[in-house]
Amino acid sequence: MGRVRVLVGTRKGAFVLTSDSSRENWEVSGPHFAGWEVYHMKGSPSDPDRVYASQTSGWFGQIIQRSDDGGKTWFQPGTPPGEPTTTPEGMPKGESNKFVYDTSEETGAPLTTHQFYDGKPVPWEFKRVWHLEPSLDDPDTVYAGVEDAALFRSTDGGRTWHELSGLRGHGTGSQWQPGAGGMCLHTIILDPSDRGRIYVAISAAGAFRTDDGGKTWKPINRGLHSQYIPDPTAEVGHCVHHVAMHPARPEVLFMQKHWDVMRSDNGGENWREVSGDLPTDFGFVIDVHAHEPETIYVVPIKSDAEHYPPDGKLRVYRSRTGGNEWEALTNGLPQENCYVNVLRDAMSVDTLDPCGVYFGTTGGQVYASRDGGDSWHPIVRDLPAVLSVEAQALP
Amino acid sequence: MIRVLLPQPLRTLARVEGEVELEVEGAVTRDSVLDALERAYPALCGTIRDHQTRERRAFVRFFACEQDLSHEPADAPLPEAVADGREPFLVVGAIAGGRA
Repeated sequence: MGRVRVLVGTRKGAFVLTSDSSRENWEVSGPHFAGWEVYHMKGSPSDPDRVYASQTSGWFGQIIQRSDDGGKTWFQPGTPPGEPTTTPEGMPKGESNKFVYDTSEETGAPLTTHQFYDGKPVPWEFKRVWHLEPSLDDPDTVYAGVEDAALFRSTDGGRTWHELSGLRGHGTGSQWQPGAGGMCLHTIILDPSDRGRIYVAISAAGAFRTDDGGKTWKPINRGLHSQYIPDPTAEVGHCVHHVAMHPARPEVLFMQKHWDVMRSDNGGENWREVSGDLPTDFGFVIDVHAHEPETIYVVPIKSDAEHYPPDGKLRVYRSRTGGNEWEALTNGLPQENCYVNVLRDAMSVDTLDPCGVYFGTTGGQVYASRDGGDSWHPIVRDLPAVLSVEAQALP
Repeated sequence: MIRVLLPQPLRTLARVEGEVELEVEGAVTRDSVLDALERAYPALCGTIRDHQTRERRAFVRFFACEQDLSHEPADAPLPEAVADGREPFLVVGAIAGGRA
């Protein structure tokens, strides 16, 4: 009899939801880090009780939190609970909140400029961590996607962070610009079949891939078409909202872009549109069924200015054909007067059978499906606006 | 003894209640007080001043003796009443509009 844990980051704190494998009754723990924005939390695949959290504030900056007991207790890496916060020499132990772009001659890239919303060049400035992606097999190794867009890695359990500067410095950085939420690196996908291959996505730059563990990178945006940049098929400048992959089919990627749902069958070398019969091809989330690599989920959102579901009906759309043909999933979801949004990191699946699907809204609801999307119910419904949702199936 | 009053989010982070009391050697300036504060409570590193530039974060302000000291030089002496412990040095989160 396994359990399920759902990690929920919100505008005003973190919540940990747990259930047995029936997924009928849920226990809610939180708020953790009350009052702070928690952009993302994620557990290590190799040690599910090791959970990393990005706690952030426009006032007080970035804090990295870690739990080694599945979210019951938290500490800043390098400063375990109850231990002195300084070394015997009186120096601060905690470097875990320090994200400094690597500009060293040996390993770094010059801190040049990217574009502001109006195209004006502005220097890189660290703001927050959007996404934390623990390594597939080492709980002490974790990647952080940050704003202004860059990728950092820690190999000591989150105590210290080092930029993989080949991404920011590979050559197109001066053409990157922020999306409405800032210039954020929000998606990190580790290829389980090739430890050197990592995919990332940046708003508004596009998708990028490394095949050598993060030293060198290249844009992988061929086939994307974006009307809001001078050259709609440019190498970079695309506002990718999220990318998802099924671990059994790592060459196949699904993308929700700022307009257009896309698919690549060759590791991002080429993309083709699979929006098909969706009511709108704008949205933020996209995810793949845990056991059916051609079954994908999106939540269509009306844009550009509205950012709520079309017709006030909250509908998840499922394609069982890898795109193009979509069915609306409405059972248990509000079908009138619903004007919430579902943000890019706020959908996740568990690996139980049948597959569980979860998503959180800006209205504070977290909806769950125990049957792959056929029916839904709110497992908690009055949280602060939900920023991220991650599900874990536990032994 | 220098008295520092932190905003609630930073008190939670530093695991303190009420005012913080600090010993500051030498001149009592904004930076020397914040240096002592960060030595005593490393969890606060980067929350008041930027990790790298050591500049005040944009939405943080410093008050003391009913004065706004946010834009004073970081190495300027703080008011005598702060230096001798009669008045606290206030770290304040700016009223930024209640965005969320």
